[in-house]
Amino acid sequence: MSPLLELKHITKRFPGVLALDDVSLSVGSGEVVALIGENGAGKSTLMKILGGVHQADAGEIWFDGRPVTIRHVAGALVLGIGFIHQELNVLDNLSVAANVFMGREPTWGGPLRLIDRQKIARDSEQYLKRLGLNISPGTPLRELSLAQQQMVEIAKALSQNARLIIMDEPTSSLTLSETERLLATVCDLSENGVSVIYISHRLGEIEFCADRVVALRDGRNAGELQTGEVSHTKMVSLMIGRKLEDLYVRGNGSQRPRYFEVEGLRTRYRPQHKISFDVAGGEILGFAGLVGAGRSEMAQAIFGVDAPLEGKIRLDDQPLVIHSAHDAIEAGIYLAPEDRRRTGLITEMSVRENITMAGLKHCSTWWLIRADRETEVARQQVETLHVKTPGVETKTMDLSGGNQQKVVLAKWLSLEPKVIIFDEPTRGIDVGAKAEIYGLMRDLANRGVAIVMISSEMEEVLGVSDRIAVMHEGEITGFLTREEFSEQAIMNLAVGRKAA
Amino acid sequence: MILLVALCATTAILNPRFLGAANLTNMARLIGMYGIFSIGLGLIIITGGIDLSVGSVFALQGIVLAILLSEKHWHWTVAVAASIAGVMLLGLFHGIMVARVRMQSFIVTLCGLLFYRGLARYIADDETKGFGTEGYGGLRELATGNLGPLPMPFVVLIGVAIISYVVLHRSVYGRYLFAVGRNEEAARFSGINSRLIIGSAYVVSMLLTGVAGILIAFYTNSISPANHGSFYELYGIAAAVLGGCSLRGGEGSILGIVIGTALLQVLQNLVNLLGIPSSLNFSVMGAVIFFGALVDQLLRARRTR
Repeated sequence: MSPLLELKHITKRFPGVLALDDVSLSVGSGEVVALIGENGAGKSTLMKILGGVHQADAGEIWFDGRPVTIRHVAGALVLGIGFIHQELNVLDNLSVAANVFMGREPTWGGPLRLIDRQKIARDSEQYLKRLGLNISPGTPLRELSLAQQQMVEIAKALSQNARLIIMDEPTSSLTLSETERLLATVCDLSENGVSVIYISHRLGEIEFCADRVVALRDGRNAGELQTGEVSHTKMVSLMIGRKLEDLYVRGNGSQRPRYFEVEGLRTRYRPQHKISFDVAGGEILGFAGLVGAGRSEMAQAIFGVDAPLEGKIRLDDQPLVIHSAHDAIEAGIYLAPEDRRRTGLITEMSVRENITMAGLKHCSTWWLIRADRETEVARQQVETLHVKTPGVETKTMDLSGGNQQKVVLAKWLSLEPKVIIFDEPTRGIDVGAKAEIYGLMRDLANRGVAIVMISSEMEEVLGVSDRIAVMHEGEITGFLTREEFSEQAIMNLAVGRKAA
Repeated sequence: MILLVALCATTAILNPRFLGAANLTNMARLIGMYGIFSIGLGLIIITGGIDLSVGSVFALQGIVLAILLSEKHWHWTVAVAASIAGVMLLGLFHGIMVARVRMQSFIVTLCGLLFYRGLARYIADDETKGFGTEGYGGLRELATGNLGPLPMPFVVLIGVAIISYVVLHRSVYGRYLFAVGRNEEAARFSGINSRLIIGSAYVVSMLLTGVAGILIAFYTNSISPANHGSFYELYGIAAAVLGGCSLRGGEGSILGIVIGTALLQVLQNLVNLLGIPSSLNFSVMGAVIFFGALVDQLLRARRTR
């Protein structure tokens, strides 16, 4: 039996980057293939080529035994390839049925092209039933949960006679029970002969549902695992190409206990909950939890960009009053925010301007900027952090993710850090740069800085942290010391089962 | 810049009177007055905002100034100080509405454009007010006099331009203006008080508008509340855009704005001197600005590719 889809020797070059280098992938009929790899490994580029968003520079796509070219998104749909993206692609002002048939509404005919609403409702219901979704096709989409909306997208793909459905991080915003439901749906689809390419960072899910695992690394095939040999450790070593432990550095052990304390912090988003924790100087405290657990909101409240409603913050036994980011920065508390391009950097401005953005007054006399001093500060930071940039005048938008993150760090390191909060510090960064960022974090800790690291990547939290706090819906459900570290322990706390 | 030189050259060739002393002086005087408030508008545009109320503010300020001077007989220094302070208060109001209440600057100042114009006409009873031909020596001199070969408003503009150049391109405040214009969120995450920066731009801009308003009032010498200063905000915006400011914010330079202002005035002058019917005035300006912006956009698109 020939496979349903075959990608042969795909190569794709972007200006300055070889995104895909001779990558091949095949998917059999009714097979669930998991595609894994670090951010930047080429997964999304490969999928975009399949979806007609990009064209491959070399290589062939075979579908159903014949070569095809996919020039645009509609082309993929015609072949029978459906996409479920990480961000849902639905219109929440319309009903379920209207979404399922969006763009292909059956009409009564005639010049007015009136929509045959009954047919839409009838047909949608059939697809919804098939997915075990017990909702009326007339329900407005905004009344559904995220997981249900995702099901509607799958129904939409099925209604287009999709024979292959590509799911890109489908569970990233689902709860545990919703995830289980989705995985059951995936198995169901495969039994009905629909193939699935499943992209996820959650290796547990992949162990559960994949028939075969294909790993990409730095734009190349890094290996495959057949049914039966799929395991967590094997997947990780395929993805990063080395043992996990090599990535992380342990601390030198000297700590100043209770250096930074937060007590009874209430944020605007979750006013009913109070957050209390402390971090030692020299310690890296990891914050784990599901997306939406309120970790970033907590960080922004401490940093003062979204001032807390209530709560005490003490640094080195001195109580602090923080009403704005300015106050936090004066006190030596810094935040490297989650979204580098939106809040971490002003991407249209140069490396130099970004580095000195927070400490401009140190490079100026009488509010006039001393250009020489400013350039000197920027040069020095670029050098010590090994930022790969043509020069300090380069715009930060032209740098890679890892180097952008280093510029964010450089901004704070040019001042006097006492506490740094890292929110998803390595999102969208390749493995090499990751290791460097971890190294920098450890260096800072060893210099006595208290570090808070918020991360949704399980391996990262387990590998980098000295201690872990887990949050669930705005509350800290427990702390784990190094001896208690395990994926299971974190998951239990993250879904709200409090520690005994 | 190239466009400006080219335009001057063509006009000069087509009509040698362009280079006549009288013509040049008069043009420099207009450039001076327009340049001052265009710089103010440029600052607002750099923060990503806009001010449409400038023209109506001129009318209101002119009427009030005329009443204070020729009817209430205030001393001119007090009257001038009061009128500039009043205009800055309007700017403060705009600034608070935009930066704190988070209304869109377009709406706030559009309402200002309507409201102040109406107010000016009501206060003046829709009658033209003037300053007569006598008195207020220093003020009249400032608007219509010369310093050596240079008309006074042009001298004032040079002063204003130098100061604002230093503020915008060399000071911490200027850097923050660009930063909030580019990405207000990120600026906030760097500890910049973005509301204060944005709000203050409206006040600083109105300071410059108030100064220009006094010069313009004494230049025209009589103020008809219905059309004094109308469309001036658009000249200012056009000058800023021609000078390289982006309406998306975060881009622009003082030198550019001054050149933009000059370009507009030369264009006006060209229409007069070349015998183009003055009814076509706006069309010619519109067309030239349009092509200027078009060429700029095409060049930019090519560069990024």
